[in-house]
Amino acid sequence: MPRPVFPHRHLLGIEGLPRQDLEVLLDQADEAVEVSRQVEKKKATLRGRTLINLFFEPSTRTQASFELAGKRLGADVMNMSVAASSVKKGETLIDTAATLNAMRPDIIVVRHQEAGAVHLLARKVDCSVVNAGDGAHEHPTQALLDALTIRRNRGAIEGLTVAICGDILHSRVARSNIILLQTLGARVRVIGPSTLMPAGIARFGVEVFTDMRAGLAGADIVMMLRLQRERMNGSFVPSVKEYFRYYGLDSEKLAAASAGALVMHPGPMNRGVEISSEVADGAQSLIREQVEMGVAVRMAVLEALAGHLPNG
Amino acid sequence: MARPLLFTGALLVDPASGRSGPGAVLVRDGTIADVAWGHVPAAPEGAETISCGGHVLAPGLVDMRAFVGEPGAEHRETLKSAGEAAAAGGVTTLISMPDTNPVVDDPAIVDYLLRRAADTSLVHIHPAAAITRRLAGREMTELGLLQEAGAVAFTDGAAAIADAGVMRRALTYAGDLGALLMPHLAEPSLVGRGVMNEGELASRLGLAGIPREAETVMLERDLRLVRLTGARYHAAMISCADSVEIIRRAKQDGLAVTCGVSVNNLALNENDVGHYRTFCKLSPPLRHEDDRQAVIAGLAEGVIDVVVSDHNPQDVETKRLPFAEAADGAVGIETLLSASLRLVADGHLSLPGLLRALSWRPAEILALPMGRLAPGAPADLVLFDPDEPYVLDKRALRSRSKNSPFDEARLAGRVRRTVVAGRIVHDLDAVAPARAA
Repeated sequence: MPRPVFPHRHLLGIEGLPRQDLEVLLDQADEAVEVSRQVEKKKATLRGRTLINLFFEPSTRTQASFELAGKRLGADVMNMSVAASSVKKGETLIDTAATLNAMRPDIIVVRHQEAGAVHLLARKVDCSVVNAGDGAHEHPTQALLDALTIRRNRGAIEGLTVAICGDILHSRVARSNIILLQTLGARVRVIGPSTLMPAGIARFGVEVFTDMRAGLAGADIVMMLRLQRERMNGSFVPSVKEYFRYYGLDSEKLAAASAGALVMHPGPMNRGVEISSEVADGAQSLIREQVEMGVAVRMAVLEALAGHLPNG
Repeated sequence: MARPLLFTGALLVDPASGRSGPGAVLVRDGTIADVAWGHVPAAPEGAETISCGGHVLAPGLVDMRAFVGEPGAEHRETLKSAGEAAAAGGVTTLISMPDTNPVVDDPAIVDYLLRRAADTSLVHIHPAAAITRRLAGREMTELGLLQEAGAVAFTDGAAAIADAGVMRRALTYAGDLGALLMPHLAEPSLVGRGVMNEGELASRLGLAGIPREAETVMLERDLRLVRLTGARYHAAMISCADSVEIIRRAKQDGLAVTCGVSVNNLALNENDVGHYRTFCKLSPPLRHEDDRQAVIAGLAEGVIDVVVSDHNPQDVETKRLPFAEAADGAVGIETLLSASLRLVADGHLSLPGLLRALSWRPAEILALPMGRLAPGAPADLVLFDPDEPYVLDKRALRSRSKNSPFDEARLAGRVRRTVVAGRIVHDLDAVAPARAA
């Protein structure tokens, strides 16, 4: 039987991708994990290809992860960080896209602070585009790496109960994960204060909890989200102290979840704000493994898109 | 003086009386000289006879809300290009918003606009002046002097007046002058960073939402202040079901309030934003379909008085951006009639009912003599075929800016001729002669 392929030129989001497409990527990522664990980590899939990391919003981790993934596949990788302050907004995005396009890259990985910006850019270039996070919209490779981590630890995602906790309102990670986990058959709960919940969240098909212990009861996976510092001091929640009291994951709250529930965090963590060090570094934590899976998933995505490159 | 014009074989619609039927209209010296219901008067000597082919002949539209761009943003729109766009859309009077550079907060600028419009525009342009200086929401403008200079109403355009005390004093002072205030309703602290209607769709797109309460909180506040001051008040645009109820109650209580709705909120809903279409980024935002149905019902019942284009020319630099960074606004003056006619085609409104909200009612609120098909009224007329279908091509728009949310949309109701003060200012057959077979 021929191996199923990923039938898209870009990866702009999880929304709209059917289960099979997601599983193709996850299966490919499993293989990439094996490659990455060998002494010889190089493949030739992207040899001679150019990958540009275009980051309008700084992110050391995601950028490094894509860079490593590209290099392991043999691509030439160029990093472009466009500091938001130096950008004359907007037209620069289109201008930058046109400029980069003229350099004939094969894949551009884009992060931008505004929702929809990556879609706009994808319409203006001839190459493949990967969304590395656009505003509060989507972060598809993060959701894929989370799914890969869960699948490798629990065997399957179908039937699991996953609780996503914290700042759902501003989180692209939460949006991509809700869609992906539901597509793969998980029950998804969201937990947080109502000031950090998007309008109409219940219509995403999730269960909504403002009480963390109630939300964690019976959860197999506890996925914590980062709370931005500027949202802690009275604008969305009254204080770090109060937030940690009600929504910080410590061992006592984690005890409300299923025995052996696994803990995840997309990083970087605010220890003592949304998660205690004891839990972050504890036996139930998958946080380090998520980083490893990040490289594998990004290799898988780049390989999948490589199949659609001209002369591929 | 132009030759007399005799329009024969028309379906006349007079929104002032609600009457419609076959007939003819004679225009002389810029004025409607005769309206002949059911028969054809003899053509006076030298008159040009225009056979209307059974199409609708009605008073030209009066658009209470259009952003022009002159002075200060002539690359987006001038009084001349706005006038051409208006003429092509059957709009014979437009009220220009004060959001120009400089702001229309000084009587000299009102005077400049009136002279410039008289020199360059095909249609009547009446300026609305600012309520507060530089539209900053703090100090009142010279409402009296601006009114004397020719400002027909007052508004801070796209800006809302957040300070309730400022609004109270403006209403109180305007009350002495009998001036009409028509504010935009968008409580800034509730709009926040919002860029589209708050709800599931905004959440899915990862865009910050604008709650309906940004409109209703300010509307309720203003109506309390209207009760206190007794001033004339026209809510520039309402967009949601709750606002319709608030206005309904105020009218039942006998307050001198009226309100408008943007044609965009009647014809489109938040789903039209689709995948970040910035031409659908508007203020007020496109709302849920339930709200669209509610404002249509409010219009049909007469709770909503007026339909406006909210014409707002924007160019590539302000629209070809990530959604949240793009400017608000859509051009709409050329499509105002066609887009509104969807409501008639869908059976929500009668044609006279719609035209009432597009010409007679706004003229009445502004105390202008237009909007009537009666002897002695100004000869501002529109002749259109309400059923003629077309697909909008934004490149064909007369406006200097092409940010139409109806680009490539199927519309019906082409304007065949527009007459301003007895002069034909738009003739579709002359503009686009029928292609030879």
